Amino acid sequence: MIPAPFEYARAASLEEALSFLAEHGDEAKLLAGGHSLLPLMKLRLATPGVLVDIGRIEELQYVRDEGEAVAIGALTTHHDLSRNPLLRRQLPVVAHVAGQIGDPQVRHRGTIGGSLAHGDAASDLPAVVLALGGTLVALGPKGRREIPASEFHNGFLETALEPDEVLVEVRLGKSGGTGWGFEKLTKRAQDWAIVAAVAVQREDAPGGVGVGLVNMASVPIRAASVEAALADGASVAEAAELADADSDPGADINASVEYRRHVAKVLVRRALERALAGPAGGDGAAGAAGAAGGAGAASEGGSS
Amino acid sequence: MKVEVRINGRSVAAEVEPRMLLVQFIREVAGLKGTNIGCDTTSCGACTVLLDGQSVKSCTMLAAQADGLDVMTIEGLAPDAGDGSAPGATALLHPVQRAFHEHHGLQCGFCTPGMVMAVTSLIAEAEPGSLDEAAVRVGLEGNLCRCTGYHNIVEAALAAAREAGVAAGATE
Repeated sequence: MIPAPFEYARAASLEEALSFLAEHGDEAKLLAGGHSLLPLMKLRLATPGVLVDIGRIEELQYVRDEGEAVAIGALTTHHDLSRNPLLRRQLPVVAHVAGQIGDPQVRHRGTIGGSLAHGDAASDLPAVVLALGGTLVALGPKGRREIPASEFHNGFLETALEPDEVLVEVRLGKSGGTGWGFEKLTKRAQDWAIVAAVAVQREDAPGGVGVGLVNMASVPIRAASVEAALADGASVAEAAELADADSDPGADINASVEYRRHVAKVLVRRALERALAGPAGGDGAAGAAGAAGGAGAASEGGSS
Repeated sequence: MKVEVRINGRSVAAEVEPRMLLVQFIREVAGLKGTNIGCDTTSCGACTVLLDGQSVKSCTMLAAQADGLDVMTIEGLAPDAGDGSAPGATALLHPVQRAFHEHHGLQCGFCTPGMVMAVTSLIAEAEPGSLDEAAVRVGLEGNLCRCTGYHNIVEAALAAAREAGVAAGATE
């Protein structure tokens, strides 16, 4: 399978990428690692007229300690995130989740900015960025603007980015580093999540916890009702029962709506238990085949 | 557009359509048929090659994205015999190839080039003492063997990891 014909332009710098976007307007589509976009193009579900390849712009590949926040360049690959010493120390949930995406080959190409800008609700990292209350930085002809993660995903594969803007950075507060849990249900190891849940301790959240859900709506979402219940003093088990309250999951070959709602409650409870466990909580074991419905559930978390 | 890729140390340049996939460039332009096309949907890993040393699925990359970069395919893995013969043309094998041979890490052989390249990348980026059986199985989640011959593939990968000093509990 090959994509429909298109024009290709490789941007050597961010400035050049912006000028290509300004020149080609709506016809242009940004190409980072290409592991979401190229499969869609091969199936002719996406037929951009111009591909602007930003994959080699080195100025967007970094993880920096900026005091209160960790700043991640949009073109940092999942592989590099998973191995990054600063993230492993300050925001281990990001390194861990990045290291679970797809398979090693995918992680060598896929980028955090690509994952966010593509906006697939089944992607893992957008839910983590949401749970951490992150901020996304976009650059366009009118300059730089910051978009709260909660306002970034507007609808199915739609984001707040303007056609002439590039997502350049993801900023994450460090308070999410203390305790975390990530639970992902897949049929096979490399698959997209049927449902996944992430919970992170956050000093700046009313209930002290941020909770994100993967594949429970047309966009990545926060489990706001769970967070609010915890703020009101509910137990983890009580709060987890509200895991699907803010969701609108679809049915597909892998799961019915009812099954997704049930799984979300179970995974949120497990993720919360891990995130809120004391230092002895440690890493969880990965469950292989044999879990519910013959599917595998990977589970991990920690605290410090 | 003109695309030039260094494949197994040899520069290959051609005028191609921007939509040409890297795996097509390798097979049809460079004429190297060791890299197989399996699923063509980023799932099976049969088309795995090394791009600047890291494993990638060449069915999910444009040739244009590899322009100016280094690609290694299964044909380039064996060491140079030093007698002017092409890499792979002699009985000399890369340690990962030798491990697959010694442990019979294949059945029909279709997935083997991708498996060998994936194992090579996995070992190259493994931290010392990190590769046990579970880590190898997870590390090869992007490569499918439809013969389901995983047992010996994992044995081969572990043997190669021991030789490289990155296997868990390795004493070398």
